[in-house]
Amino acid sequence: MATTTTTLARRPALRERSRQAAESLRRAPLIPMVIIFIVVFTAVFAPLLTPHSTTQPSLADRLTPPVWQEGGTWEHPLGTDALGRDLATRLMYGGRVSMMVAIFTLAIGGGIGTAIGLVSGYFGGRIDAVFMRSADSTLAFPIILFAILLVVAVGPNITNVVIAIALVLWARYARVIRGEVLALRERDFIARARVSGCSHMRIVLFHLFPNTVNTLLVLLTLQVGWVIIVEASLSFLGAGIPPPTPAWGSMVSNGREYVDTAWWVSAIPGIAIMLTVVAFNLFGDWLRDTLDPKLRQV
Amino acid sequence: MQRYIVMRVGQSIIALLILSMIIFALGRFSGDPIILLLPQEATIETELALRAHYGLDQPWPIQYWKFVTNAVQFDFGDSIKSKRPVMDLIGPKVMNSLRLGLAGMVITLIIGIPLGVLAAVKRDTFFDGGAKLIAILGQSLPQFWVGIMLIQLFTIQLDLLPAAGTGGISHYAMPAFTLGWWVAAAVMRLLRSSMLDALDGEYIKMARIKGLPEYKIVWKHTFKNALIPVLTFAGTYLATFITGAILVETVFAWPGLGRLVYDSIIWRDFPVLQTLVLMIAVVVITVNLAVDIAYAYIDPRIRYD
Repeated sequence: MATTTTTLARRPALRERSRQAAESLRRAPLIPMVIIFIVVFTAVFAPLLTPHSTTQPSLADRLTPPVWQEGGTWEHPLGTDALGRDLATRLMYGGRVSMMVAIFTLAIGGGIGTAIGLVSGYFGGRIDAVFMRSADSTLAFPIILFAILLVVAVGPNITNVVIAIALVLWARYARVIRGEVLALRERDFIARARVSGCSHMRIVLFHLFPNTVNTLLVLLTLQVGWVIIVEASLSFLGAGIPPPTPAWGSMVSNGREYVDTAWWVSAIPGIAIMLTVVAFNLFGDWLRDTLDPKLRQV
Repeated sequence: MQRYIVMRVGQSIIALLILSMIIFALGRFSGDPIILLLPQEATIETELALRAHYGLDQPWPIQYWKFVTNAVQFDFGDSIKSKRPVMDLIGPKVMNSLRLGLAGMVITLIIGIPLGVLAAVKRDTFFDGGAKLIAILGQSLPQFWVGIMLIQLFTIQLDLLPAAGTGGISHYAMPAFTLGWWVAAAVMRLLRSSMLDALDGEYIKMARIKGLPEYKIVWKHTFKNALIPVLTFAGTYLATFITGAILVETVFAWPGLGRLVYDSIIWRDFPVLQTLVLMIAVVVITVNLAVDIAYAYIDPRIRYD
């Protein structure tokens, strides 16, 4: 009898939950998800998808327009740049660079920031004050300048770009995660964990951290776009990924000289940046509404 | 209050000191300046003499102290590219950048404030949707690319505006717009949400009951209160402006400090770059300090315990 009541009582709750899940799935941003899929897919499988080289110049084909314009060919669907390199190919490999920079900076910066946020929020006091003042100073500083300084001092390469962006990225994670921990710290389950003799380490890692994962996921997604823009800006200024490696920012920069004769050379990589960033931002917004509606990002 | 100001000034000085140490350390990483200065056939004796002349044979703490004392006296050494004192290069460009920055801020206010208010007052209408679109684009479009596309449209296709350099008001149009839009998007989003919060307030209901005209409710009672959270982020906006100025001045060949940052990247001119970073840092830290102190005056709850 008791079992029947529980199953009966549970059934609507379960149905309600699956209805909610279906509802939020229905509102999932389809177009952004497709764009993200395309970018990731072409980045991963770039070598299989294109017969062209990213760096080998082919001067006979220089400044070929995209296929829909007069003079364009299916050989180079998005046209070629001033050295005759296939734009579609460079776009795919450029996406690879952007995704790699995003993954590594978010892993390093997000990891450090989360750790600092957890420690800062849990222990409070002087540690908290020092970390949070540093985070605020980092957030108020025009980070691109710092990245430029680092890259000019030690030379541009993908590792330095990742380090430079990660050094700035941690601050936002530290701030947001700390805020979460401040609220969680006062909850009963933390007090109970303490009473049952858990070490600080155990409380932070197994009781606090799992409860911040939703926020973390949302923040990570929302920041992919930001990282892509910063990396592109650095590459555009010549302080990012060094040529001839294709990066979206330096591709836009390459096209600047030909803006009057060959619009596509800088327009197309810019459109790629825009679509990718919009897609990640919209996807992140949806994820936030689904997982963590309280989180407000400024 | 006084205690708060003293603490805050102290923190700013510490921040600046840490930053100057980072810059100094990076300068040591950036390569040995003596190698650049010495002729190929120089002997080891000349090298040592030159090292002693520039004080590079001294221990690091002493070198750092010299770096700081020189910086306080506006002596930042010579540019690697032009061999002239760094301050001679920077001096004439300060005004150009300030002018462009001011024009950009005007654009930000013209776009950001009315749209932010409109989006909140006409919530969930066509205006709100339009404002949201502008905000999303403002946060997703790379600024440097927008600049190039504007040149493509207004200079090459329509032949209306000059693409580069300074001059009359037409030279300001595209750079100031590109610069201002980014921050306008951020201001607008924040103003919209803080307006919506303020419109929910009890005192707004009271004002409605009193029968105040709608424009008074919106501008006098709501807007004034909604502006406070926006002003909190003044420091962040300044940082965004400076980042933007580097990109925008590069695209539009604007003879300002941002363009100088770009040139010093291309020439790997570390002395110029470190000076610019240090100067900008002083400005950023001072502005943030001023904002915080002004805030403590407005809101007496902000105190250090």
